[in-house]
Amino acid sequence: MSDTYDRRNHGRAASPDEYGGRRPAPPLRAPLPLKERPASRLPAPSDWTFELIEQYHDVIRATAERFGLDTYPNQLEIITAEQMMDAYASVGMPVNYRHWSYGKEFIATEKNYRRGQMGLAYEIVINSNPCISYLMEENTMAMQALVIAHAAYGHNSFFKGNYLFRMWTDASSIIDYLVYAKNYVAGCEERYGIDAVELLLDSCHALMNYGVDRYRRPSKLSLTQELARAKDREAYAQQQVNELWRTLPRKPGRDETEREAPRFPAEPQENLLYFIEKNAPLLEPWQREIVRIVRKVAQYFYPQRQTQVMNEGWATFWHHHLLNTMYDDGFLEDGIMIECLKSHTNVVYQPPVGHPAYSGMNPYALGFAMYTDIKRICEAPTDEDRAWFPDMAGSSWLETLDHAMRNFKDESFIGQYLSPRVMRAFRLFAITDDDTEPTLEVSAIHDESGYRNLREAMSRQYDLGSREPNIQVWSVNTRGDRSLMLRHTQHNNRPLHDGAYEVLKHVARLWGFPVHLESIDGQGGVGRRWTVDPSTA
Amino acid sequence: MQQIIDRRLAGKNKSIGNRERFLRRHKEQIREAVRRAVEGRGIRDIAQGEDIHIPKRDISEPVFGHGQGGKREMVHPGNKDFVQGDRIERPQGGGGGRGSSSGQASDSGEGEDDFVFHLTKEEFMQVFFDDLALPNLIRTTLAETPEYKTHRAGFSSDGTPNNLHVVRSMRGAIGRRIALGSESRRELHRLEALLEDLRAQPGTPARLHEIEQIEADIAALRARIDRIPYLDPIDLRYRSRVRTPVPTAKAVMFCLMDVSGSMDEARKDLAKRFFILLYLFLTRHYEKIEIVFIRHHTQAQEVNEHDFFHATETGGTVVSSALVLMEDIIQARYPRGEWNIYGAQASDGDNWHDDSPRCREILEQKILPLVRYFAYIQVVEQEQNLWHEYSDLAADTPNFAIRKAAEVDQIYPVFRDLFRKEGAAK
Repeated sequence: MSDTYDRRNHGRAASPDEYGGRRPAPPLRAPLPLKERPASRLPAPSDWTFELIEQYHDVIRATAERFGLDTYPNQLEIITAEQMMDAYASVGMPVNYRHWSYGKEFIATEKNYRRGQMGLAYEIVINSNPCISYLMEENTMAMQALVIAHAAYGHNSFFKGNYLFRMWTDASSIIDYLVYAKNYVAGCEERYGIDAVELLLDSCHALMNYGVDRYRRPSKLSLTQELARAKDREAYAQQQVNELWRTLPRKPGRDETEREAPRFPAEPQENLLYFIEKNAPLLEPWQREIVRIVRKVAQYFYPQRQTQVMNEGWATFWHHHLLNTMYDDGFLEDGIMIECLKSHTNVVYQPPVGHPAYSGMNPYALGFAMYTDIKRICEAPTDEDRAWFPDMAGSSWLETLDHAMRNFKDESFIGQYLSPRVMRAFRLFAITDDDTEPTLEVSAIHDESGYRNLREAMSRQYDLGSREPNIQVWSVNTRGDRSLMLRHTQHNNRPLHDGAYEVLKHVARLWGFPVHLESIDGQGGVGRRWTVDPSTA
Repeated sequence: MQQIIDRRLAGKNKSIGNRERFLRRHKEQIREAVRRAVEGRGIRDIAQGEDIHIPKRDISEPVFGHGQGGKREMVHPGNKDFVQGDRIERPQGGGGGRGSSSGQASDSGEGEDDFVFHLTKEEFMQVFFDDLALPNLIRTTLAETPEYKTHRAGFSSDGTPNNLHVVRSMRGAIGRRIALGSESRRELHRLEALLEDLRAQPGTPARLHEIEQIEADIAALRARIDRIPYLDPIDLRYRSRVRTPVPTAKAVMFCLMDVSGSMDEARKDLAKRFFILLYLFLTRHYEKIEIVFIRHHTQAQEVNEHDFFHATETGGTVVSSALVLMEDIIQARYPRGEWNIYGAQASDGDNWHDDSPRCREILEQKILPLVRYFAYIQVVEQEQNLWHEYSDLAADTPNFAIRKAAEVDQIYPVFRDLFRKEGAAK
């Protein structure tokens, strides 16, 4: 469970400086009273100016501070639409190493934008310290206010508070690391040729999703700790000695079988890129470093992939709440507020299934609805809520919300907090697609008997572990042809798609020796097998 | 107080490097598309961008993903009338659009549309001329450039008197005089004040002696100050002018074509493409390009572009007439020092038998010394005496090249071959 995360296993010592200088902040608190109502509302022209943005920012910051939102320092940057497209293309980062796939992304984005098929996002926010928010030049004043509240306070506080981000990302160093990565890759291109670097990056990108640590490794013990532990163990073992057992006859021949060919790796490894970086026999040092760079970047984005609903929902909830509070306090003009609400409404629109615009759940809509509902449950619980959420009903909504933001990821957040009311509001239903059945089955809908199943299914849908095939390093043939064996463990009998062979070619290129992939079905039998020899890859 | 940073001027095009890498990766497809475009286009609209289609599978980045099959459960919003246990027909067509995990939908089945993007005009031409460079270009622009332009480049301490910069020189002189005389002047002022003091007091012999002493010192100091020259040679500053070579920005291109009866429309079309390519190539290197169209049968005449390509004449062929006319035009209108001269000749190789040696002679002695490059293209396979004469000449003349192209799609490779980067070819 995520909220029982054990800090003792943390890589760094738990000091006030843990998580790269991020002190644990006090939780959100009941809002402080407004100091004084403003004499007049903020000016509300449709065009923004730097002074206006600063005025609005001051009010938004003051309002956020009243709720105790804990954020990194903010850095607001005004950019143009072209720059926004640039940022899109390099996965939202201000700097990144060069790769053709980013070029492809850029070309596609630019084309869609020019044809008017796609609007650009109003903002991009970077999980860094200081937290950089991009405001687009084209936005109106109302939009800039919305974006500041959304990105600079919503996302920013999420980055700083959520446990995944705290555990996996170091906001203060990411920009520097990317600059280093960019220069390093550029240097390699000069020394070893663009093609060699490109091939390597292609291969690494193919495995990027398998280049993340999902769990912290325990930190290395110091020698004295190790010795102390050994002593303890010895003492404990001594206490447990039972002389009686000594008389049991030794099983014959057991020693020999144990000694035979130790497995390598001793246990299956799920971080393929890490395994390759450390163990691929033929990689040059610079190649290992590039594998490492890709791995680090993947790790940096890993929390974001797991907290879409929570992160967007949190930011949406807070821009909505902050702006409404500001309006109630008499800061905002009606016109500004209406424009903000209109954008907000667009953002949280959830088209129903079958609608032309439908492409799955809208994370903004779901997240916003869930946080809003948590607040409602705390403030005005119904009998149903009391039955479902006895702890929350009637508690302080800010503290509950704060807890929900800090200690969950999408999967557990939905599993914990998706309320029947939200399920009814979205009219959720679950469909089971079993290839052994001729038809699909509606397995649960938003009714009394379906809530729990629905919530469980929804939670699984956001579980990266089940969305992505489970592929691990199984073994290396250390005494033979040095081939690498990967193993796919099927979940619900879902097979790999045919792209697997292409990915395997990339693995073979990195590994340098033959690579096998086995697909293990639910009964433990080997399903499909793929083999790639590096000479053909 | 945090500052809002205005990044708008920080330059866009951060992705340009990524775009280049993308183009680089798909060079072959792009080259192919460009080649096709060149074939299909007319002379006027050759210099345009082009939409490039790349099959999706070529640009996909493979990742592990789930395929169809197995058991999965999906949650959707917007239930209208389903109740638990309802059974629905499995939607046909892969159901790619339905899944919420869109990542795999595009890879499985449908969605095999091409990735289409627009190659800009510049990029199009870049691919088009990719590894070509103008023959002898380096020599033209650097070594042999006949034209120089002088422009000012600050000041220097030597030069001719007409370049003397009076204000600068005087400013330097004043500075030097202040610097050299300040010590003496300070001493002078001190002594003068002292003298004043002594004179005010009653005169004892010792004091008078002292006064004398000081007066002598003062005179010596005055003399020293006066000796500082008003203007010294080291004060002089001259305007510095440097001569920089200006590459000749003008080129003239001669298109010579046989329009005798044996050149039919298809062959003319072939020749036309050859001229187009040469023209485009030159536009990349020269600001101003003139084109002279010379067509010939038994006589040569200078014509406009339309007549050049479209009017038909009949009769025999005397190739040398065109060469003579070309030389006359060069002498009359295009002095060699100002113009980069290029010649391109297209013919079916048919010539009056006795005329071919003469062609070679004119080329060798009169035209080739004047032109930067002369290219001959023969639009039929068959080799006749003109080809033999020319190939002898081409063998030992670096700025003369001949090729054959019998089909439309051979033009482009021929052209690339002709103007391949010097040194890269052989």
